[in-house]
Amino acid sequence: MTSLPTTIQDVFNEPGCARNASKSKVERKNGCTKQLKPGGAAGGCAFDGAKVALQPFTDVAHLVHGPIACEGNSWDNRGSVSSGSDLWRRSFTTDMSETDIVFGGEKRLYRAVKEITEKYNPQAIFVYQTCVPAMIGDDIDMVCKAASAKFGKPVIPINSPGFVGSKNLGNKLAGEALLEHVIGTGEPDYTTSYDINIIGEYNLSGELWQIKPLLDELGIRILSCISGDGKYREVAYSHRAKAAMMVCSRAMINVARKMRQRYGIPFFEGSFYGIEDTSDSLRQIARMLIESGAPAELMERTQALIAREETKAWAAIERFKPRFAGKRVVLITGGVKSWSMVAALQEAGLEIVGTSVKKSTKKDKERIKELMGQDAHMIEDMSPREIYKMLKDAKADIMLSGGKSQFVALKAAMPWLDINQERCHAYMGYVGILKLMEEIEKALYNPIWDQLRQAAPWDEFDRNLQARTAAQMHAQAPDPVRDPSRNGVRTISFSNQAEVSEGESAIAAHGPKLAEPNKPCTSSSGRCIACKDIPSDLQPPALQAAE
Amino acid sequence: MAIVTTSKKACSVNPLKMSQPIGGSFAFMGLRGAMPLLHGPQGCASFGLTLFVRHFNEAVPMQTTAMSEVATVLGGHENLEQAILNIYNRIEPEIIGINSTGVTETNGDDVEAFIRLIRQKHRQLEKLPLVYVSTPDFKDALQDGWGKTVARMIEVLVTPFDPARPRDASRVNVLPGCHLTPGDLDELRTIFEDFGLKPSFLPDLAGSLDGHIPDEFTPTTIGGIGVDEIATMGQVAWTIAIGAQMRRAAETMQVRTGAPFRLFERLCGLIPNDEFMAFLSQITGRSVPSKYRRQRGQLADAMLDAHFHIGGRKLAIGAEPDLLFDLSSSLHEMGAQVTAAVTTTNSPVLQRVRTEDVLIGDLEDLEELARTRDCDLLISHSHGRQAASRLNVPFFRVGFPMFDRLGAAHLTMVGYRGTRDLIFDIANLIITDREINHRPTPDSWRFTNSGLQVVSPRLH
Ligand code: SF4
Repeated sequence: MTSLPTTIQDVFNEPGCARNASKSKVERKNGCTKQLKPGGAAGGCAFDGAKVALQPFTDVAHLVHGPIACEGNSWDNRGSVSSGSDLWRRSFTTDMSETDIVFGGEKRLYRAVKEITEKYNPQAIFVYQTCVPAMIGDDIDMVCKAASAKFGKPVIPINSPGFVGSKNLGNKLAGEALLEHVIGTGEPDYTTSYDINIIGEYNLSGELWQIKPLLDELGIRILSCISGDGKYREVAYSHRAKAAMMVCSRAMINVARKMRQRYGIPFFEGSFYGIEDTSDSLRQIARMLIESGAPAELMERTQALIAREETKAWAAIERFKPRFAGKRVVLITGGVKSWSMVAALQEAGLEIVGTSVKKSTKKDKERIKELMGQDAHMIEDMSPREIYKMLKDAKADIMLSGGKSQFVALKAAMPWLDINQERCHAYMGYVGILKLMEEIEKALYNPIWDQLRQAAPWDEFDRNLQARTAAQMHAQAPDPVRDPSRNGVRTISFSNQAEVSEGESAIAAHGPKLAEPNKPCTSSSGRCIACKDIPSDLQPPALQAAE
Repeated sequence: MAIVTTSKKACSVNPLKMSQPIGGSFAFMGLRGAMPLLHGPQGCASFGLTLFVRHFNEAVPMQTTAMSEVATVLGGHENLEQAILNIYNRIEPEIIGINSTGVTETNGDDVEAFIRLIRQKHRQLEKLPLVYVSTPDFKDALQDGWGKTVARMIEVLVTPFDPARPRDASRVNVLPGCHLTPGDLDELRTIFEDFGLKPSFLPDLAGSLDGHIPDEFTPTTIGGIGVDEIATMGQVAWTIAIGAQMRRAAETMQVRTGAPFRLFERLCGLIPNDEFMAFLSQITGRSVPSKYRRQRGQLADAMLDAHFHIGGRKLAIGAEPDLLFDLSSSLHEMGAQVTAAVTTTNSPVLQRVRTEDVLIGDLEDLEELARTRDCDLLISHSHGRQAASRLNVPFFRVGFPMFDRLGAAHLTMVGYRGTRDLIFDIANLIITDREINHRPTPDSWRFTNSGLQVVSPRLH
């Protein structure tokens, strides 16, 4: 068993990572996680990353060892979907108390495993280490080993306490745990020459099922998906696949590479976002399977399927062209995975006027130039305030981004669509891209935008009023409200009881428009226009007339 | 009188509880221009942030000292210093509110000492209010973190009563518990104002998280009570605290300012609101505005209409102590039986929950109790949704977090009007459930050995 620091170094050294390959030895040693900046950091911890990567395994009990913070604040917050067991949606945590911190939490952890086994009898239990038990030296490897032997079921330690690094590192550490404890520990009932693994796909909003019918039609079997809609047994025998596809390029590259090394399973990095990428990925899968021994006719069938689906998809996109003509998009997303989506959006007539390149490599940037022309607006690291201003000045018609920046757009009364995780719609494959366009269309043409961009009608009225009262104040002295003899203490006046009832009868008599006078001048929404203590010349003329 | 027990399980399943520091940051969110800062690794803040964003559907400010493993070994002084400087330089907040986490508490960081050193070293921070509260994750729960944090705000930010200046009889301090929504606060604000009072809410989530659209994007909170207003809270005539969790804060306020306080443990239901109105009438010398006399009538009528549906229902409620106490009492007063009650942390009100036993436990416990005791309505925050669907009983969402429905900020339960709406919502839920799941069929009544029997159409 390797120690956590060794594993982390190993992950940092990942040769399969394109980014890593371009780094110097020293840089590599420092790891891929940016030095976190206190007071300026955002993003999940390594535990978060490990849980994201593994929680989509549906028939496993995910037990979080730590105080309530790690699991209590975060459970049930991911959009993966299962076709079978719902065990993964339950939350298990040792909820460590002060006593556990003082005396160590290993006993409680062991008892927790026992309780879960007795009550839920899951296929396996994944035990997640978190910061506090790591600090006090709880040895979860040891507890898992003992519990595994005692209860006769896999109890797998996931050594990824939050403070060792970022979410991304956590993804990889989760992968390491699978490599060390799970992959290769089982055998499938049978194998075929059409068995593939899909790695790094979490089946958010059921996206996997947008692709599965295509593979089914070709007779290709997903032997194991790591980890969307995954089952423990399937990972255990995933080493029998003939080829693998890495979906989210940087999340679990170590798993794909080590499986190639250990079991000779070739893999490629691909994406199902966008039409071209989907087709490419299908071709790649066919090619790899054929190289591993599947009949060559698979490629013909694949090409035929691609041709058919592409024709359908491009035809369907035609519909959007008149709707999208001249519409400008800002794209704030870290992912390389969406290039092909961008291509499809452009094909449909949308103009990409800006994109973030915060997480992009040099190669990515070249790709952007290629796609969007030399003067593509690359947003290095824009502050939310700047983005907000850009949107408010209507330099774009819609923003596509991850959930984090959604309010920047929405509060600027700008259409916005989530294209990262946790979105409500699945955008994969030939059907997914159309779904995305439908959503963009709905967002762009929603009637709310025009209404929200209009200022309230009284704004102008107020401005005129202000100008008038200012002029009046100049003319009249001393002003009772601003009189300096009052030591700067503002007099607070209140509508008294009698007035309130008067106000109420006024509502009854004149309808709800007069409801406002009920509020005294201290209300948070501004000063009370009906207040008698305000000199009458400060009152709006409309009200004077009403009286 | 309820017997209070604590779950003996080693493994908490489907937690009801959230951690203390989150409650602390929550309280800071009701301050204007604030940046809540969790002293701990970045994951803790990230989870907290997601939780708030999902509940409010708002951008929420929250920062972290980003303690790495190495930093943890060395102690958090440097990270805290950097975090404060970075926040100060980048976004110029009016206040930074710092809560500790499990990690920094296990480490034993002396944050107050750190803050003193940081202030000495960086003169520019002299005037920046920094409020620190110790809130280890491994103790207590969200509402405790909130209560402690508000108490600490008072100690640090409220200027003691100045006898040279007169008390302002028209002002009241209001210390709301974390179970009150921005909608509740707005309702209360209107009530106070209708009595001619000017309330200062500490904290004031209604100012910051009510969903309003600001002119400019700010990285701090976009409203709430200002530090300047908090400073003057000593000059008021009365402090009104809502929820037992606010007792500590109310007492702190009294010690600091000499102004008396009145604690309202509940503000949902006819009786508590009668008391509330009577109290306001008393301290202001004004009679209750006719608006509230009408609202009282409407509530009475709602109770008449809804008691047919709510009366006799067996409820399972999972909520933090103050919310549990408030809600279960008012539904008990509608004739419902609180048959299962689960909560997160200890509180003096628990013994007075009108049920046989209250368990400090999790949602698995609640689900189990609801099943064995045959409850027909489940009430908890959104995490209870899975249990309710497995039990196939109607589910009413209250409290925090509410991430799978919209409008959490505006759910109003206080006052006559809030109670009225709550009663209607719950009654309607029960009516819908009856229409869908419990229609009588020819098989609903059958002869058995003991004669004609009702066969319960229940599915579990
Ligand atoms: S950073 Fe550590 S303590 Fe915080 S949530 Fe992540 S694992 Fe838990």
